[in-house]
This record gives sequence, structure tokens and C-alpha cells, in this order.
Amino acid sequence: MKISLNWLQDYVNLSAVEGFSPRLFAERMTMSGTKVEGWEDLGERLSGVVVGKLLSVVPHPDSDHMVICQVEVGGERPLQIVTGAQNVAAGDLVPVCLNGAKLPDGKTIKTGKLRGVVSEGMLCSLGELGLTVRDFPYAVEDGIFILQEPCKPGDDIRDVLGMRDVLVEFELTFNRPDCLSYLGIAREASATFRLPLQLHEPSVPTNGNGQTVGDLLQVEVLSPSLCPRYTARVVKNVKIAPSPLWMRTKLRNAGIRPINNIVDITNYVMLEYGQPMHAFDAQTIQSGRIVVRTARAGESITTLDGQERPLTTDMLCIADGDKPVALAGVMGGLNSEIEQTTQTVIFESANFARESIRKTSRAVGLRTDASARYEKGLPACNTLPALERACELVAELGAGEVVDGYIDVCNTDVSPRSVPFDWKRVNALLGTDLSASEMADLLRPLDVIWDGGDRLTVPPYRGDLVETADVAEEVVRLYGFDRIPATRFRGEATQGGEDPFQRFRARLDRTMTGLGYDELCTYSFVSPKELDQIRIPADSPLRDQLTIRNPLGEDTSVMRTHALPSVLRVVAHNLAHRVKTARFYENAMLYAKDGDHSAESRTLCFANYGCGDFFDLKGDVNALLASFGVEGAVCTADATVPYFHPGRCAKLTVGDVCLGYFGQVHPSVCASFDIDEPVYAALLPDEPLYACASVERKYRPLPVYQSMERDLALLCDESLEAGTLCGYIRALAGKSLEDVFVFDVYRGKGVPEGKKSVAVRLVFRLPDRTMTDEEADKSVSKVLRRLESEQGILLRS
Amino acid sequence: MKEQLERIRSAAVEAIRGAVDEQSLEESRVRFLGKKGELTALLRGMGSLPPAERPTVGALVNTVRTQLEDALHERFEQLRAQGLERRLRAETVDVTLPAPEKPVGHLHPITRTRNRMAEIFTGMGFSVAEGPEVESAYNNFDALNAPADHPSRDETDTFYFSDSVLLRTQTSPVQIRAMAGKTPPIRIISPGRVYRCDVADATHSPVFHQCEGLVVDRGITMGDLKGTLDAFAKAMFGSRTRIRFRPHNFPFTEPSAEVDVSCFVCGGKGCRLCKGEGWIEILGAGMVHPNVLRAGGIDPDVYSGFAFGMGIERVAMTMYGIDDLRLLFENDKRFLDQF
Repeated sequence: MKISLNWLQDYVNLSAVEGFSPRLFAERMTMSGTKVEGWEDLGERLSGVVVGKLLSVVPHPDSDHMVICQVEVGGERPLQIVTGAQNVAAGDLVPVCLNGAKLPDGKTIKTGKLRGVVSEGMLCSLGELGLTVRDFPYAVEDGIFILQEPCKPGDDIRDVLGMRDVLVEFELTFNRPDCLSYLGIAREASATFRLPLQLHEPSVPTNGNGQTVGDLLQVEVLSPSLCPRYTARVVKNVKIAPSPLWMRTKLRNAGIRPINNIVDITNYVMLEYGQPMHAFDAQTIQSGRIVVRTARAGESITTLDGQERPLTTDMLCIADGDKPVALAGVMGGLNSEIEQTTQTVIFESANFARESIRKTSRAVGLRTDASARYEKGLPACNTLPALERACELVAELGAGEVVDGYIDVCNTDVSPRSVPFDWKRVNALLGTDLSASEMADLLRPLDVIWDGGDRLTVPPYRGDLVETADVAEEVVRLYGFDRIPATRFRGEATQGGEDPFQRFRARLDRTMTGLGYDELCTYSFVSPKELDQIRIPADSPLRDQLTIRNPLGEDTSVMRTHALPSVLRVVAHNLAHRVKTARFYENAMLYAKDGDHSAESRTLCFANYGCGDFFDLKGDVNALLASFGVEGAVCTADATVPYFHPGRCAKLTVGDVCLGYFGQVHPSVCASFDIDEPVYAALLPDEPLYACASVERKYRPLPVYQSMERDLALLCDESLEAGTLCGYIRALAGKSLEDVFVFDVYRGKGVPEGKKSVAVRLVFRLPDRTMTDEEADKSVSKVLRRLESEQGILLRS
Repeated sequence: MKEQLERIRSAAVEAIRGAVDEQSLEESRVRFLGKKGELTALLRGMGSLPPAERPTVGALVNTVRTQLEDALHERFEQLRAQGLERRLRAETVDVTLPAPEKPVGHLHPITRTRNRMAEIFTGMGFSVAEGPEVESAYNNFDALNAPADHPSRDETDTFYFSDSVLLRTQTSPVQIRAMAGKTPPIRIISPGRVYRCDVADATHSPVFHQCEGLVVDRGITMGDLKGTLDAFAKAMFGSRTRIRFRPHNFPFTEPSAEVDVSCFVCGGKGCRLCKGEGWIEILGAGMVHPNVLRAGGIDPDVYSGFAFGMGIERVAMTMYGIDDLRLLFENDKRFLDQF
């Protein structure tokens, strides 16, 4: 909503405010709850343009279409200006750009030569001043603007044409549709600056020659829930003409193009009261009947913009005895448009249900000034005063003769309401200590009146004021938030903090960043095609995704059920930007479909490229497990995971619990993301990891006695996994074996084809004494004997 | 015998001083002090001396032995120090050569910012509450007092799965869940991911994060809200930060305010960051609307509460000087590594 400060001063004498400036106005209004987005000094749109009087006009010696003018501009000497315009004559008063003048289109005018003759400025047309013939109907569109305003050479054109004004833009909140008007803003300004509000009571001189409105018009509202109130008046002997300068100037500065007196009046009243109005040509209204009803099946209307629009049966329209003549609250019909020949006008000032207007406006794809206002929910109390104001202006402008009486079909309560006033509770909510009368003083400029007891009377346009909290808001915004003391809440102590699972996630972050992985933040909605990219089978439950009904695009249309594609997309982005090595992780939320809703859980996905192989990744997995104190984790080869290399993928388990999978990403998967180098990734859902993590740690005494180590080179089948071999040894060696691990694998000379030599280290330790060499050797012999007899594994000699 | 002793002594001293390494020093020790060494031999020859001279000569020999042992030790230490020095010199490296790269992981700036917020509020006794992102329209709108025709419910603003299920547009539904079945005091923050139908550009993202807070108890006032946010702003943006409440309207709070913090770059004088205003809009806040308390099963005549919310991205962008929201979701390593 843009408000001209000049116009606003009609209602509130803002110039009485000490040190008044647009900035001060903006700040104070914002701080009292009517937020100012910005303002524009309209006078700054142009500068350096003054009134000039043409002293002489002679032909240019070297041009047959240009003339040379001597122009008096209030200075010591006249200026010489060359112009190509044909409509100038000595004695004319015209707008003159001086050297350095700036025009609204951004142009700067400088002294120069035209065909060898010096021109010290420019004579202006309407268009060059940012005006049209609508603004000054006596002027011509093409040619110099010959001024008819009272003025003298040297006067600033902005003063002469009323172009000095400040346009303030307000950002209004949903609860205050009453502020979509000059009167609404004026009331807020009056409360903010504590200045009186100068209201004008419209009074309509009528001249119906004995006729009253009822003789000319019947109104029937068939859909009272969609049209709570419909008021109308009739004006006869309409004389369509331009409106007077004061109205044209106000409208122009408010950003509305003047059209003609009748249209200008409806626009003027819409801005003043916030109430959209419509004017019908009465001759086109069949049998003098207006019927407010929903459209019938198959009906259509051609709106003022010339478009034919089919109507549906939930759309409210204004009809005459037989056909729709307007799409209610959105746009009038072409069939009832006001024309130069119109003699009798019906003014409509109605209230429509906002939801209905919003839906209709959407459905027909037409948003107008009127529909934008109705959508916000206008107060029904305004229709009659606005109608009266419009008719008053008709009389004042001599635009027609207002017929006696009005029609008001009102199916809603438009009287002031009473709400409870619990001023102690207001203080309790605000933390203030104001008396009831202090609060009443703050509220009075808003027309919210205290009855001296426990009730407030609120005006009908303040539907947002219902209970004590609403009253508290009015009090605090006018009292000032800055005057409320800042305190600390009291009451029973609460411990606060994060729960164990949240702390687990924080630890996960610390561990992953500690391992050198960068955390990612990716979208949770993705393309359904991502699952194809990672080769998820068609019948996988992961395919059962939650689908957004109104996505921004297919790429963001389903909730992800897998964490890998998001990370791979980031890998691809970084490779494309020549990042040669990277480690990324995301503890990604996944959304499994669970009925209508989702079962949401997180999966840690980490991936790297350009920094090692499968075993580097495995090292990271192990480090992660170690940081959570996960014990007894076992890796087994798994060739069944579709997005991993079948020969380079491990399943990670603890007992019966699967912690997840890790490995080299399948080359076909990489290819589908345009990744052409090996990527290693791990996918570990949070929940099993959390379940296996030792959150609570317990001290174990440090070993007192030395360990005993034995290294063995064992000749095994090529197919025997190191993990399996260590498992055998662990099972055979007994309790004194503390650890066993592979430290080398050798194939080649001295090792038969199909075999490999695996070097393992066995670490023995006893809890109560140092083990002897003999004891260690004995254990080793036992292990070797049984490896040979049970598994055919020999000590390499 | 004395002359012999003196000869051995001077020869030994010369040999010890002349030793160029630990090996030649050891040879000298063996030559003079070893089991078959010269001094030892001399000591053995003492038996031929008259008994009366033995103590004097014995003492003399022992003095010489001590002298030689000291000299040996001293020379040994000297040689060791020289050797160490030589070795260290030989081990000199060019410290300006590059080091092998060690990976350093970085938390995402959104997480960093979220963690800092959580840290501040948990320190004030707030718990961290979380809830589902796929929410019911009831929890996201109805229970939060959003009018049935509020524009935020439009399909142009909110992602829907069905008429009653949507992607939450705010973390406020967590407040409803937190209130249900609980007796105040309630003090929670709910950081989390939210969604709105905005095409991604420099200042919009269909996915973003909020951190909201809720306090419900007897006697909670707007002053308490001011005090809490003032403490938060000082902890988050620096101890000189001031806050400013501007009246606003939200369906779920009444009275409502938008909260600005004084610009932490210019301190309020006006600069590029705050666009000359001196203030940066960070938070929305207010007293919990009675209808919201009712929806949470709490009697608004007995209890009151305040709530606040802020965009984590907005705070992160302001604090880190990030000028394009898309950078936060693009995950370019060169960007991530800056935090």
C-alpha cells in the first residue's frame, strides 16, 4: 500500500510534528506497528525544469523543421533553445529543461548545438515530464506542453504541476485489512503521533426530480454468505469529463492514472476508504434488477479487458435480470461498461467474502486492485460511507445528479463490538504496570473506547480485536516495546540440554570432521530417478516414496529414501569444479513412507575420492567405530549391494545387528552421475550405530603383565579371507590370546599357485603373571596343529 | 715409581685429550685403566715396595686413577656432544618444503550456527526438542491459529502430500507436540529443517532451517521475552549488541514483534551489511497466542508463554558475510573449507 503524504495530511496535520521528515514518519509508524518498507520523494524524479516564457520563435536557418526560441526563465538573460516541436508560439508558457536538468526517464539535458546553433536546454512535452494527456487533458500528446496553470517564468515545474510529494510504501500485516486505505493509515498516524484525526462526514445533495432509488433499481442478494453486504445508489444525467486538477494530482501522486470523473471517483474512494467500488451503465442492466448470485452452469462473461471467461457454479457474479454483468469483486463486464454516452450510472459498494474472491480470482487468472483488496477481507461497515462519499464527489464535481436514497442489503453485523478489558492481565502479559486509564488513553485514538468497567467498545472494522492478548498488542505497540523492561523468566529450574541421541549426533559430527570429512547440507526432496541412478531394483521398498503434490519440479518431487545420491551429486559438482580430492559426509534424514506420513530416520553417508583406496575407507570406518567404543564389529564381503562394486563391498555387523555397508561405489553408478573416478562410500544408519555405541564408558585396569608375541606365515587357499583365518585362530588359541591380526599377504616365489602366504601376529597375555616363552610356543603349536588338521592350513617353511 | 706414575699420567692425559672419537677414547681407557692397563700394572707392582711406602704410593696411584677417570668422562661427554651436534647438523631439513596434506573436516556453516544457538539456549535451561518434517496440516497450521484462508496455506507457499499432510513450513509444530500432555514449565528450542515453495535464488531456498523457542509457565511476560532475546543476542553477536522490537503480526503469537539486532559490523551507525539502517532483522517473536496454548492443552488463564523463531541460514549468512543462499546447499568444498 502506497500512501501520498500530501493526501494523508488531509486527515492528520503531520506538519505539526516537530522535525517532521519522511524518515521520522517511517520510523515512528514502523515502531507503532504499521511497517514502512520505504519511501520515494516524487520531486526527485526530475530536477532543473522550470517554467519558461517564449519571447520569440524564429525558423532555424539550416533546418526546415526546427525553430529557435528565446526563452525567459527568470534569469538575467533569456536562453536560446532549439526545438523541433511545431506547436509553440511567442508568449507561450512551457516547461524548460535548464542545462543539467534530469528527467524521470533518467536522461540529463545539456547545452549543445543543433545544426550549428547553440541550444541551452530543452522545451518539454508531457511525456518527457513523465505525464500523459490524462493528467493534463488540455495538453497535446505530441508537442510541447503549453502550460495553462497559473505560473511565471522561473517557477519550479514541480510546484506548478503538483509533483512534490512523498510516496510511502507500507507493508501491512494480515490482520489489518482496514489499513488498506488513507483513512486507515491516517487513524494509525493519529494514534502514533497523538494528533487529532480530521474526519469528514459525507453528505450527498440529491436531485432526483422526485424519483428515489427504488424506482430505478432493485437489488436481490441470493448468496448472502458470499456477499454479506451490498449497497448501491443511482446517478442520473451523468456528464463524463476529466476530473479537476486536485483530484488528478492526488491520484497521479498515489500512482493511479486519471481516466475520467466517474472512474476517478471510484478510484479515489477506493484509496480513501479502502472500499472497491464499481459503476454500471444503468441502461445495460436488464429490467433494473441486480441479482447477486453464483454463476449458472455454462454461463460466461466478457470482462472489461475484453476476455471472455467461462464461469463455474462456485463463482459469485453480479447479474441483472438475466445475465452476469460483473465478476463480483474482480472485474466488471464489458456489457455494462461506462461509456461517453452513459446517462445513468449505478454505483456499487459491496462486501464480498474474501475466500470466494480469492478462489475466483485464481481460477480465472485475473487479479485486480479490487480483488487484491477483497482477498484480504475488508470490513463490511465501510460500504455505505464509501458509497456516500462517492456520490458526494459526483455532486461536487458536477458529474451527475444523485438520485435520492440508497439500497443497502446487509446480512452482517456492522455495529461496534464489545470485548473484555482485563487490564491486569494485560500488565501480566506485558510485564508492565499501567493503569486502566493509561491504557484507555493509548487506545482512544484507535476508536477503542473504555466503558470505565471491564469492557472495551471496538470499531466494527477491527475484527482482529477479540480477547485480552489482542488488547495487550494494541497497548504495547502504542506504549512502545522499548519501554518494557527486559527481565529474565523465573520459576522452577529446568535442566535443559540435549538428549543422549542428540549428543550422539554431535559426537558423530566431531568424529567425522576429525577424520577429515566435510559436512554437507543437501535437499531432502529429490528426483525419483535418483534410485535408477544407484541401480535400486524396481521392486525395492525404497521405491515407495512420499510424493509432493505441488513440487517445484520433478528434480525435487519425492522425499529421499536413500542418502547416497545426494552425496554423489555433491561429489560430481566438486569434480566438475576441479576439486581433486574430497571427503564428504552427511548425516542425512531419510523419509520412509509410513501410511500418509513418513518414518524419519537418519543415515550417515560418507564418501571420498582422490585420497586412497578401499582400505583407507575401511580405516575411517574403524576409526568411527572406535570413537563410539563399538566392539566386536565384523566385516564380511557382500556382492549384493547394487550401488557398490561387487568385489569391493563389506557388510558391517555386530552380532546380529547390521551397522551398514561400505565399499567402492559401482562404476556404473558413478557414470550415471558423470563421475569418472573411483569413489568410496559408507552408509551407516544412525540407529544401529547408536544402539551399539558405548555411550557410558567404564574404566578397565591397564594390563600389568607383559604380552608375548608370535608371528606366523601361514599357507592358505587364495579364497580364504583374512577375517576367516583370524577367526579360526581366535577360536583355537584359547583365552590367553589377546589379539590376532594379519600384517602381510604374500604371493609369488615359494608359494604354490592358488595359495597365498598370510603373515599373522598372535598376541598373548595372562591376567595374573607374565607368560613364559614355553607357554606361548605351546599355544602356537596347538593352533598350528589344529589349523593343519581341521583347515589344511600349513606353516610356511 | 713416582716418576713412572707421572709418566703414565701425562701419557694418559695426552691420549685422552687426543682421542677423536668414542672408539679411540675407549682404547685409551683400556690402555691405561683396563685390567691389563699400565696403571693397573703399576698398582700390581706395589707389592715390591717397602710396606712403609705402600700407603703413600697407593694413595698417589688412586689420585691419578681418579684424575684419569674424570678426564675420560669429560672427554667422553665432549665427544658425545660433538657427535650429536654433527648428527643434528646433518639432519637439517628445509622447513619451507611443503608438508603432506592432512585432511581437516569442517562442520557445515548451518550446523555451526545451529550448534552455537543450541549452546546458548541450553545454557539458559532450554531443552532441544525435535519433530517430524512431514507434518500434519493440523500441527503446522490449525493448532498454530493460522486462519483457514491464511495465504501461507496456499499450494504456492506450502508443499503438500495430501490435504492433511505437508512439509512443515516452520518448526512451530514441535511446540504443539512439546506442550501436549506436559505441565509447565516448558522451555524448549526446536532447531530443524523447514520447507516453503520458493524457487532457489540468492535469498530464497525451498529448504531452510529455523531455530524456534518456547517458554510456558505461570507469569511469563513480554519483558521476559525481551530479557531472554537480549541475552541471546549478546552471546551470539557480541556483548555490545542491542535488540529492538518492532510490532508485527503472526497468527501464533499475540502480541507479536519482529526483532532486530544492532548491526554487529558498524554497531548501529549504518553500513553495507545493515543497508544503512543500523539494525538487522533476525527474529520473529511474541507472546504465545491463547488459541495456541489451548491447542497444546494449556489453560491460557493460568499460564502464559513466549515464543520466538529465527532463520538459521539468515543468521549464518549475516555472521559469515555470505551473499548467496545457494552456496549453502551447493556444498562446494572450497566453500565448506572456509568454516
